Amino acid sequence: MTDSMLSGSFAPVLPEIFLLAAACVLLIADLFVKSERRTASYVLAQLILLGCALLTALVSTYSLRRPVYAFGGLFVGDQMANLLKLMAYLATAMALAYSREYLLDRKLLKGEFLALLLFALLGIMVLVSANSFITLYLGLELLSLCLYALVALNRDSAASTEAAMKYFVLGALASGLLLYGMSMIYGATGTLTISEVAQHVAKLSGNAAQRPFLVFGLVFLMAGIAFKLGLVPFHMWIPDVYQGAPTAVTLVIGSAPKLAAFAMAMRLLVNGLLELAVDWQQMLVILAVLSMALGNLAAIAQVNLKRMLAYSTIAHMGFMLLGLLSGVVGGNWRNAADAYAAAMYYTIVYVLMALGAFGVLLLLSRAGFECETLEDMKGLNRRSPWYAFVMLVLMFSLAGIPPTAGFYAKLAVLSAAVSAGQVWLAVLAVILALVGAFYYLRVVKLMYFDEPADTTPIAGSGEMRLVLSANGLALLVLGIVPQPLMALCFAAIKAL
Amino acid sequence: MIAMKTLYLLVPLAPLAGALAAGLFGRAIGRRGAHTVTILGVLIAFLASCAILVDVLHGNSFNGAVYTWATSGETRFEIGFLIDRLSALMIVVVSFVSLMVHVYTIGYMADDPGYQRFFSYIALFTFSMLMLVMANNFLQLFFGWEAVGLVSYLLIGFWYTRPSATYANLKAFIVNRVGDFGFLLGIALVLAHFGTLDYAGVFSQAPGQAGATLELLPGSHWLLLTVICLCLFVGAMGKSAQFPLHVWLPDSMEGPTPISALIHAATMVTAGIFMVARMSPLYELSQTALSVVMVVGAITALFMALIAVTQFDIKRVIAYSTLSQLGYMTVALGASAYAAGIFHLMTHAFFKAVLFLGAGSVIIALHHEQDMRRMGGLRKYMPVTYATVLVGALANAGLPPFAGFFSKDAILEAVHASQLPGAGFAYLALLAAVFVGGVYTFRLVFYAFHGETRVDPHVLEHLRESPWVVTLPLVLLAIPSLASGWWLGKVVFGNYFGSSIEVLPVHAGIAELAAEYHGLWSFMLHGLAGLPFWLALAGAALAWYLYTVRTDLPKRIAVAFGPLYALVEGKYGFDELYSWLFAGGARVLGKGLWRGGDQTVIDGVVVNGSARVVGWVASVVRLFQSGLIYQYAVSMLVGVVLLTYWFLRS
Repeated sequence: MTDSMLSGSFAPVLPEIFLLAAACVLLIADLFVKSERRTASYVLAQLILLGCALLTALVSTYSLRRPVYAFGGLFVGDQMANLLKLMAYLATAMALAYSREYLLDRKLLKGEFLALLLFALLGIMVLVSANSFITLYLGLELLSLCLYALVALNRDSAASTEAAMKYFVLGALASGLLLYGMSMIYGATGTLTISEVAQHVAKLSGNAAQRPFLVFGLVFLMAGIAFKLGLVPFHMWIPDVYQGAPTAVTLVIGSAPKLAAFAMAMRLLVNGLLELAVDWQQMLVILAVLSMALGNLAAIAQVNLKRMLAYSTIAHMGFMLLGLLSGVVGGNWRNAADAYAAAMYYTIVYVLMALGAFGVLLLLSRAGFECETLEDMKGLNRRSPWYAFVMLVLMFSLAGIPPTAGFYAKLAVLSAAVSAGQVWLAVLAVILALVGAFYYLRVVKLMYFDEPADTTPIAGSGEMRLVLSANGLALLVLGIVPQPLMALCFAAIKAL
Repeated sequence: MIAMKTLYLLVPLAPLAGALAAGLFGRAIGRRGAHTVTILGVLIAFLASCAILVDVLHGNSFNGAVYTWATSGETRFEIGFLIDRLSALMIVVVSFVSLMVHVYTIGYMADDPGYQRFFSYIALFTFSMLMLVMANNFLQLFFGWEAVGLVSYLLIGFWYTRPSATYANLKAFIVNRVGDFGFLLGIALVLAHFGTLDYAGVFSQAPGQAGATLELLPGSHWLLLTVICLCLFVGAMGKSAQFPLHVWLPDSMEGPTPISALIHAATMVTAGIFMVARMSPLYELSQTALSVVMVVGAITALFMALIAVTQFDIKRVIAYSTLSQLGYMTVALGASAYAAGIFHLMTHAFFKAVLFLGAGSVIIALHHEQDMRRMGGLRKYMPVTYATVLVGALANAGLPPFAGFFSKDAILEAVHASQLPGAGFAYLALLAAVFVGGVYTFRLVFYAFHGETRVDPHVLEHLRESPWVVTLPLVLLAIPSLASGWWLGKVVFGNYFGSSIEVLPVHAGIAELAAEYHGLWSFMLHGLAGLPFWLALAGAALAWYLYTVRTDLPKRIAVAFGPLYALVEGKYGFDELYSWLFAGGARVLGKGLWRGGDQTVIDGVVVNGSARVVGWVASVVRLFQSGLIYQYAVSMLVGVVLLTYWFLRS
């Protein structure tokens, strides 16, 4: 244990403390907001996110070179945490912008939504900065509990409450598995602090008698991670929850929490159990193959867009694993930073794509009408060439067609997998991505070549249109100039 | 340094901006707007190029990346510039000829409905060509290479309602595909064996790879550099229309005349020559490749010149002349006289542009008449055009003191001095080509401009000199057609190119010639006593005798040499051979693939088969995705149990 870990500094926790206080203020202040549109609360929420971003930027200057610890090593502020937090703020701010009109139309825009969103964000932040099993679990539960409640936001809808119930029960089961895994690792190493776990595992992993304990614990940890990422066979909740939740909430679930799940995998597997990489990389191979195959093939059969995007999430998270599982080759860590940076880039780009895709669904929905089937995309080009183009960019990016960011993300993880010698896996991934291209391009075909079934003009607030356009263009720009973000990811991983 | 970098960027980007403005907003800015923006863009590029040339002559150079597109492992894909004496000279030539052609187009295309589109294309071409020339890596070279090919395709088929034009542009595209395939293979080999696409990196490693071999077929070892150079040269053969990939260039005359001058004479077709000169550090290390280059060039130079004598379409005569001249340049490359090759490239760019634009001037004056049998005596009606074409013709035939004389003579001397296998053949072929060149060049002049007029009387009534936008570029191009050869001492025999071109001491024929070089006058006097000069003069005299004095003779000669004449006039039958072999072969192959591959494998197995797989997966997924929580939970637990079992088994 280093000195900096003992000398508790509050600096890295400042954004979390600020967000906690500010979210409470928002909860109370919202009671006094009379207006139906809740402009004051909405603006306040966005300002809180801005404040968090500024604080994190400030904090990140302290942890530029090496990680800074707080609360006696329970909490870590490092480059990866800072970058993921900034991305989570961005995703949350975009989610707010996209969902406002939709929730207003359905009379769901209440203070609770804003507060739950911010508390979920707090959970994400705690999770990505966790340096202890306890902190990690705390963040995970805070995030999950908020999401359960958000799914049930529309309590009069049977589908939503059913989805929330399933999510809750299965989430509880997954938490149980995760905790069991943690307890096994604790039993073997005698510590809960992740960086110390790494030191103990390094000593123990050569020990034939101890290793089964570690691997046994690892399997359960993996179950928890896989549930959070939505990997087959721990994916069952995803289609039902994505479809059952109000689209605005689906957008929330499908975006920032993916960053948290990625961080969870990094903290547990890379920071904690890198010595067991041989084992967990094999597990990830199995999960990746199953997820990519099932996600892409099942998505083709869907007529509901939300359900299709749910299976697409499963496939994409499987694809992202190609980066995570290529770090260590035969005890050699040379490729590790490249591979993990590729996975991180993939996750960030995926979050942007998911935000955009659900954003378009929200844009096309209006009071009394849910845009959620393939039929609803028909002839979008006639109704609005620009948003059809934005959707086209999103679909191309999801399918991984150049010059979009999705292409570069796929290229990065594939090249990581190839340099790790996993050529067959890369080939399989490309074939499955090709299968997946079918259902993304089907949306494009419907938008451009079919007659619109519904010719209602497209509503949506100015800020939503602006953010959505920027979202689509960002994916183009990130595809053409991928290096800056990639360099950030690389630096973040390098500093671990 | 920053200022120079801005200048470098300005060179390709100004024409690109013009092209985008004229192409995307052509309707909004109108005809005048379109030609103003594009000419302005090219003018900026030209001025910047001149400034760069001056800077380079002061001894500065630049090699660096401007933008990194992607990094894949160790390989970086970049946009970068290599500005040295070679590329600086090229960008000046390209932007100057392009500028002249832009101005000329105002007059030539005045009545065309596709006015803005045309300007957009030629400005886009200028951008692509400049990117090609300024590249500092193979990737960008390839980008420029393909981009000029694309614009060439678009411009040959500019009048897309004519079936002959669309046929010609397809032909150009497909023949170039053959060349590009070789080119791409060459680049791939470079990347595979050198691990980088940067010129500097490849060139610095090249001497170390000089002994490396490659097993192409089991048991047959080839020098790696020979294979690379030959592959790259296949690309150059396509782009620079060398035998046997020359068939597309004559047909490309279907395009409007300004682009025949710009693309198919002055610039794009010389890209292959430029590329080989650029790659001189590689070619120098492979004697086999140099020999092949020289022989291919010599065949092209002689046999294409012969065809030119039999043609009656004024543009086709010049097109075959271009092929022949490109052959000269290629021979120069093979003889390691890169400087002479590039020098001929430059003088040729000027005088061939004059010839084409002059022909264009005649063609519009005669209302799109291209057949020389319906011309004659035009010199009285179009004095400026006549004078400039005459300058171009004298240069093309290689008579002193016109530019072509110096560049051509330098090549002949270099080939004469070369010791490579094939040099003897090349020298003889070039000498013969000089004679034939005199014939076809002056055949054109006498046929079209001298003698009794055979022009349709209705047309003759309105026949007058072309407007100033047409004649001004002609005059401006005629000046360097005369004078640019006088830089011989500086460019070829001085050490103008410095380190941008590399010649091994064993191949240093040109350096030996330089030692004997004592100024322009003595070179010219020496030339007057030499065989090539008298051959060219004899050719010109023969043309004069045949086409003004005894105009009945050519027909009788044609009859007398019946089968031989038919062979040459039929372009040695390459068009027929290719359409039978490749087009026919492709059709047979296509039918086989359609029946066997498409219907059976793709439709039967892949399409319907994958649909069945998706259906099956969906039904299985539906079975598990029942909506019942306990089943979901069981699935998760089964997953955990299986993982545990799998990893604790051992």
